[in-house]
Amino acid sequence: MAMTLRDIINKLLRRQPASASTARERLQLVLAHDRSDLSTELLDQMRKEILEVVAKYVEIDVDEGAVSLETEDRMTALVANLPIKRTMTGQIKLKEPKNESEENSQQTAGTDQNS
Amino acid sequence: MATDTRVILICSGKGGVGKTTLTANLGISLARQGLTTAVLDADFGLRNLDLLLGLENRIVYTAQEVLEEECRLDQALVKHKQESNLSLLPAGNPRMLDWLKPDDMKRIVEMLKEQFNYVLIDCPAGVEDGFKNAMAASQEAIVVTNPEVSAVRDADRVIGLLNTNSIKPVQLVLNRVRPKMMANQEMLSIDDVTDILALPLLGLVLEDEQVIVSTNRGEPLTLNSLNSPAAKCYLNIAKRLQGEDIPLIDPAEESSGLGAKFRRLMQTKIF
Ligand SMILES: Nc1ncnc2c1ncn2[C@@H]1O[C@H](COP(=O)(O)OP(=O)(O)OP(=O)(O)O)[C@@H](O)[C@H]1O
Ligand SMILES: [Mg+2]
Repeated sequence: MAMTLRDIINKLLRRQPASASTARERLQLVLAHDRSDLSTELLDQMRKEILEVVAKYVEIDVDEGAVSLETEDRMTALVANLPIKRTMTGQIKLKEPKNESEENSQQTAGTDQNS
Repeated sequence: MATDTRVILICSGKGGVGKTTLTANLGISLARQGLTTAVLDADFGLRNLDLLLGLENRIVYTAQEVLEEECRLDQALVKHKQESNLSLLPAGNPRMLDWLKPDDMKRIVEMLKEQFNYVLIDCPAGVEDGFKNAMAASQEAIVVTNPEVSAVRDADRVIGLLNTNSIKPVQLVLNRVRPKMMANQEMLSIDDVTDILALPLLGLVLEDEQVIVSTNRGEPLTLNSLNSPAAKCYLNIAKRLQGEDIPLIDPAEESSGLGAKFRRLMQTKIF
């Protein structure tokens, strides 16, 4: 998102941002929903399921994860921001064991049982 | 007889953003350029175009009698006194809303197309039947909006409907621009609105007290207050419609002096 000199000064002085940027952000959000015809419940459910799928492969911070609709030039995109937990050495935490095909089938089976 | 008539819908979604004022001023400006222009009041529920043009006392017949074949089209058309290239087809009784269909609007517009270079349709607010009937008879559209969240949101709804009905081109007019508020970033900027709505900007119109004065008199600004800020904007829009390449006014230039310089500095995009 573009930032102007005024935005930066406002931030430094811990002042409220000028209202135009608030208006812009609120509009982008509300229009993404208006344009998609997705209800909040559906979007919520989709968010949950996406998090579940990703959590099968990497350890993510589920509380910090966000899935949202963003819109630009009349194109709407589904944007997922999922912070991946890192190990002490800074590596990405993959779910073990690492044998992928085996792991996949196990996970699928697990989900089937749950549902 | 005009062969390549342009039929332009002037719409907004939200009410009170300046459709009728734009229709009246565009009508005058185009007529002054020598183009025969009909303005059609499609706001049958709350008609106002006659008042803005100062023609309210000269109405004999309306679109309703034309459709019911109680009069000929030229009996219902009200010619403007000073700009004889401009004619108004007044809206009929609000009860017309009960029976009016898209095909009725098409019939009226087909008749107007035989005589005029431009047909401007002043659309009612909302996205219901009144809007849909008017859209059915149109080829292209001008969406009017204000730099405010509710007006922009409603404009987006309308643009979606225009797109699905293959109306094109669809162009944007941003009305009631306040340069000082924009410079202070307390009002959505031109870029904000055009980016969000993803429409080409046909023009912007400055907030101008003279608009109210002109409404009081029933004389659109472009008729005889050509030096007022909004009048210049309307004239530019009319010229751009005709394909002239007129640069947009820069709202930042409109507020001048040291304060304006400072406000421009504060608007510099850092990243
Ligand atoms: N550029 C402007 N500066 C100041 N006032 C304006 C401007 N444009 C429109 N107005 C005022 O805004 C009000 C609404 O304008 P207008 O009737 O043209 O809107 P509209 O979109 O046709 O409304 P409706 O949806 O009710 O038909 C009027 O009082 C008018 O004088
Ligand atoms: Mg109106």
